[in-house]
Amino acid sequence: MRQGFENDLLMKQSMIDVTYVAQLARLKLTADEMARFQSQLSQILVYVEELGKLNVDGIEPTAHAAPQINIFRSDHEQPSLPVEQALHNAPRKQNDLFIVPKVVE
Amino acid sequence: MSLHTWSLFQAAEAIRHKEVSSTDLVEALLARMEKVEPRVQAFLHINTENALEQARLCDAGSTKGSLHGVPVAIKDILNVKDQPCTCASKILKGYIAPYDATTVVRLREAGAVLLGRTNMDEFAMGSSTENSAYQKTHNPWDLERIPGGSSGGSAAAVAADECLAALGTDTGGSIRQPAALCGCVGLKPTYGRVSRFGLVAFASSLDQIGPLTKNVLDAALLLGVLAGKDPLDSTTLPNAVPDYMKILEQGVKGLRLGLPREYFVKGMDPEVERLVRTAALDFQKQGAEIVEISLPHTPHAVAAYYVIATAEASANLARFDGVRYGYRANDPVDLLDMYGRTRAEGFGTEVKRRIVLGTYVLSSGYHDAYYLRAQKVRTLIRHDFEQAFQKCDAILTPTSPTPAFKIGEKTEDPLQMYLADIFTIAVNLAGICGISVPCGFVGNERKLPVGLQILGPSLGEETILRIAHAYEQATPWHKEKPGLL
Repeated sequence: MRQGFENDLLMKQSMIDVTYVAQLARLKLTADEMARFQSQLSQILVYVEELGKLNVDGIEPTAHAAPQINIFRSDHEQPSLPVEQALHNAPRKQNDLFIVPKVVE
Repeated sequence: MSLHTWSLFQAAEAIRHKEVSSTDLVEALLARMEKVEPRVQAFLHINTENALEQARLCDAGSTKGSLHGVPVAIKDILNVKDQPCTCASKILKGYIAPYDATTVVRLREAGAVLLGRTNMDEFAMGSSTENSAYQKTHNPWDLERIPGGSSGGSAAAVAADECLAALGTDTGGSIRQPAALCGCVGLKPTYGRVSRFGLVAFASSLDQIGPLTKNVLDAALLLGVLAGKDPLDSTTLPNAVPDYMKILEQGVKGLRLGLPREYFVKGMDPEVERLVRTAALDFQKQGAEIVEISLPHTPHAVAAYYVIATAEASANLARFDGVRYGYRANDPVDLLDMYGRTRAEGFGTEVKRRIVLGTYVLSSGYHDAYYLRAQKVRTLIRHDFEQAFQKCDAILTPTSPTPAFKIGEKTEDPLQMYLADIFTIAVNLAGICGISVPCGFVGNERKLPVGLQILGPSLGEETILRIAHAYEQATPWHKEKPGLL
């Protein structure tokens, strides 16, 4: 069942909506970039669709090739970056704070 | 004395025996850079004053470790305290690293001199180093060709004798492929063997740091310095680090080496195939047994990789938002405008393309069809290797299907560029180790190097280094130098 559903989904795609996805990714692309990505990514997605042909029933996904589980360290206080250094690369700063456009009206 | 042509080990020994000073070496390399760097353009930053100061301290002080006084170059994706770290991206222009990466700490503890920072594809995304926002690096064997990527600056710098060794990173072949195309040695360690702390993340489940060197002995020396558990990277493996240099001389007699039939495919350069098959015969002459093996899911590796790597990249690169560091767009009207324009103006085309692809495959409604499915295919690819290593001790393949291509040849066709990684990508998905060593040259007008890839199981670095060393001892390729004046 699930296999079929995934295949259907793969068949239907290729029509990636670059305008929508770029917005999700917080990227203000130019019209030219949108058009180029639309055709290039559609082509890449057609290539990726071959994954839909494989039978992966009962196969566990791999998130990490060599997972290390529950790596603990002793809870000792350690020095961290001083404020001045942490802010050193900030595009705008003031009073030991990052300055950003107003978020709340 | 042409000190710039020395190997890492040779230089370390000479310094230990006081035959040369660290200052001599650094000066020789700076002179070499002055001569060839305008044509090769391997470096983004050369820390002239700082390198000479480090060398002076090495010469005045007591011996720190196995790399005392020896200059090493660093890919511009690793943090070196108080030095720029741009990842060859406009979005990190002017960024100064506030701390050292663990690999950098280990190099310092071993006494190495940090020479400069090498060019790369922006955020390590690419196979030709053409995606750098700053400059194109030229292959020292043919300046009209690419050096490979993404660690193309590191490979070109080693090949052009501008440094004795360099660090690179490998997410889908970014150490091995440029090493092959530039005629040097490149090793991608087992996932978790080397700490990634202080490495700017591209795809966290695939990234590894490793050495690019002039020979296999140097790769063993450098890996010994870099490898080991790090409390700052919880994915590092707890296994003890062996003395990689000790077993190099053991030869290949009695080892079983697998040739996967899926790696000799239509479309690859017939000369590349011939050289790799000749290498297999060389091993046979040395007493190894060649066995045919199958890695049946190989044809799906590139597709699975470009789903997984772009998905992880889209998440990792979300941190570049113009708030805490890096570039920020001018006069944003609100927060969303700031994010959108900062990222659009700061990132290059390939990085944006991959962020869009990665965001798409993770987005609601598509996650299961792409990302989850790719992770399952990743399991199949891991199983392929597990089964293959039941039948053989290591696997021989070409590193790249073709030698270095011309600058600009593939920039307009991202899919063709992705297929340049067809032989290196599965290794990262499986988390195993691999090394590329020179196995001959192709071309008449200009000689272009070809790489032999030797793959080992998880934590099989000793085996692949031993095999690579035996091959190197029996062949002349690593002694050849590009004809740069």
